Amino acid sequence: MTAPPLAPPREKKAHVPITARVPSRFLPVIATFVVFVLTFGAGSIRYDGFASGQVVANLFIDNAFLIVVAVGMTFVILTGGIDLSVGSVVALSTMIAAATLRAGWPPWLVILAVLATGSILGLGMGTMIHRFGVQPFIATLAGMFLARGLCFVISVESVSIKDGTFRDIALASIELPGEVTITYSVVIALIVVAVAAYVLHLTRFGRTVYAVGGSESSATLMGLRTGRIKVGVYVISGFCSALGGLLFSFYMLSGYSLHAVGLELDAIAAVVVGGTLLSGGVGYVVGSVFGVLVLGTVQTIISFEGTLSSWWTKIVIGVLLLAFIALQRLIVRRQPLK
Amino acid sequence: MRNKLLWPLIALVALLVLNLVFTPSFFALRIQDGHLFGSLVDILRNGAPTLLIALGMTLVIATRGIDLSVGAVAAIAGAVTCTHIAATGDAVGGMALALGLCAVLGLWNGFLVSVLGIQPIIATLVLMTAGRGIAMLVTEGQIVTVNNDVFRQVGAGFLVLPIAILISLAALAGVALLTRRTALGMLIEAVGVNPEASRLAGVRSRTMIWTVYVFSALCAGMAGLMIASNVNAADANNAGLWIEMDAILAVVIGGTSLAGGRYSLTGTLIGALVIQTLTTTVYTIGVPPETTLVFKAAVVIVVCLLQAPRITGTLRAPVPQKAGAV
Repeated sequence: MTAPPLAPPREKKAHVPITARVPSRFLPVIATFVVFVLTFGAGSIRYDGFASGQVVANLFIDNAFLIVVAVGMTFVILTGGIDLSVGSVVALSTMIAAATLRAGWPPWLVILAVLATGSILGLGMGTMIHRFGVQPFIATLAGMFLARGLCFVISVESVSIKDGTFRDIALASIELPGEVTITYSVVIALIVVAVAAYVLHLTRFGRTVYAVGGSESSATLMGLRTGRIKVGVYVISGFCSALGGLLFSFYMLSGYSLHAVGLELDAIAAVVVGGTLLSGGVGYVVGSVFGVLVLGTVQTIISFEGTLSSWWTKIVIGVLLLAFIALQRLIVRRQPLK
Repeated sequence: MRNKLLWPLIALVALLVLNLVFTPSFFALRIQDGHLFGSLVDILRNGAPTLLIALGMTLVIATRGIDLSVGAVAAIAGAVTCTHIAATGDAVGGMALALGLCAVLGLWNGFLVSVLGIQPIIATLVLMTAGRGIAMLVTEGQIVTVNNDVFRQVGAGFLVLPIAILISLAALAGVALLTRRTALGMLIEAVGVNPEASRLAGVRSRTMIWTVYVFSALCAGMAGLMIASNVNAADANNAGLWIEMDAILAVVIGGTSLAGGRYSLTGTLIGALVIQTLTTTVYTIGVPPETTLVFKAAVVIVVCLLQAPRITGTLRAPVPQKAGAV
């Protein structure tokens, strides 16, 4: 269940006939892509030097962490849940990375510890949601407070990262043809997207994610292991947030408790703009990537404009959200999915 | 309902007792210049905005909705009032203007939810994101400070008790009378259980849903006035930041389910007090303030788990649960 007509090349291996029956499912993703092209085109016409490969590359460099976080969020939203903790988990990851590196831990152990922490937090929230029937909104809200609180416990001050390996990874750049450079973070983010698309569309786990989002009780009656999926998506989201946090610490080279405040809203906005339905069961990882790119382009245009203040970003994102929700309503009304 | 209020009440009492152990003078109240002073009064005063927002939120959640935009609406209310006062010196006019604008914002949320049928969480997310931008547009990104005696009364004034908490409690009492002494409360719950069925039964679901969002925005606007008045300034970035989360937590701790269809105003009062007492406790018992959030998370997790259907079921009748059963 992926999008052959518009997906980037790495996606083309997934081809399931069911997609032919419901082409309108792709409409939101196509719309997101069109909006991305339009906003980028508008920027190119308005500003000299906007339509360069490096500006596109910068979109990926500046938003690599958001792409990874949005991928995790997509899994959760596909099951009809929501994860408010991602921003705090990103902050906690930068904090753990910075603090443990300062304490002299070897980098591989630091990375392992960060990823394990994120996954365990996700496991905890998933367990609260599945085993104890706490609503996802509340459980992940508690997780958000907990992770942000743990940041403050580690340190109130910003901790800079001086470790050689981390700085090397952060500052290294990869030359692409056309004098375009990207960072390793972009490569990692793209790998995450590819793996996520593979898992969602070509594994049993992925199909069950869609099934749970479509109708949990039907999925259970079909004998699918819905419990494992419901906990699993939060573990994935926690893992992705932790990885996003690592990329963010490469990007900022510091750990700080107030990093990534409100990131969860950006991630949710990106996923929604990317055409994923919040009621679950419909959506694609590629859409979320486009969603992030649209948000990133809006930010780039506003910084190119110079005279426009940063608060316009928020207003534009709000308007975009609204437009996409309206679009989704139209599609859903025309062809009831359930 | 009684059962559901048990755990939050125990949590509240436990927090208060904890305070008493650490600071024996915690319950001491004294009257100075006709004002009541003491830690308990502080809890009430600081908890007033959260309580007011939680009150509006309770009704929204009762209709199976949620209002994420309240923090942004509070920021807009503060921004509009302070800008107006700074320009004209007219506090009453500024507050009226702000509350009027909040009603319009509430109408907007209600329109998205009840007419367009958008999921409440997304519909209000739009205003949550854009609202802070609008507030900053109003204040032009500055922190607008004002010096106005009338306006200061809203958040910092006293009539024996702080005026802020009197406003919140009056609103609570008004809503309690209006919804519990008339059929209104039942109708709201009916809409929460099944909007379509209640519409067929003759309940004006759409109007009902629309009204609760307007009410919620008005509560948020009033809370925004309290917050701005308390510091004599409008901070578009930080005023009411995360207060929607606190309010939702207060409602949920108070035993109102996010699934809608049932609500408890007493529960919301207790929930809001638990949240505020928790914050105050952390300060008074000398725990480093940076751990406040961890404590908050711990209390929320414990209270939510104790209220969770599985746990209460297990406590009442220990039936062995099959692993993975849904």
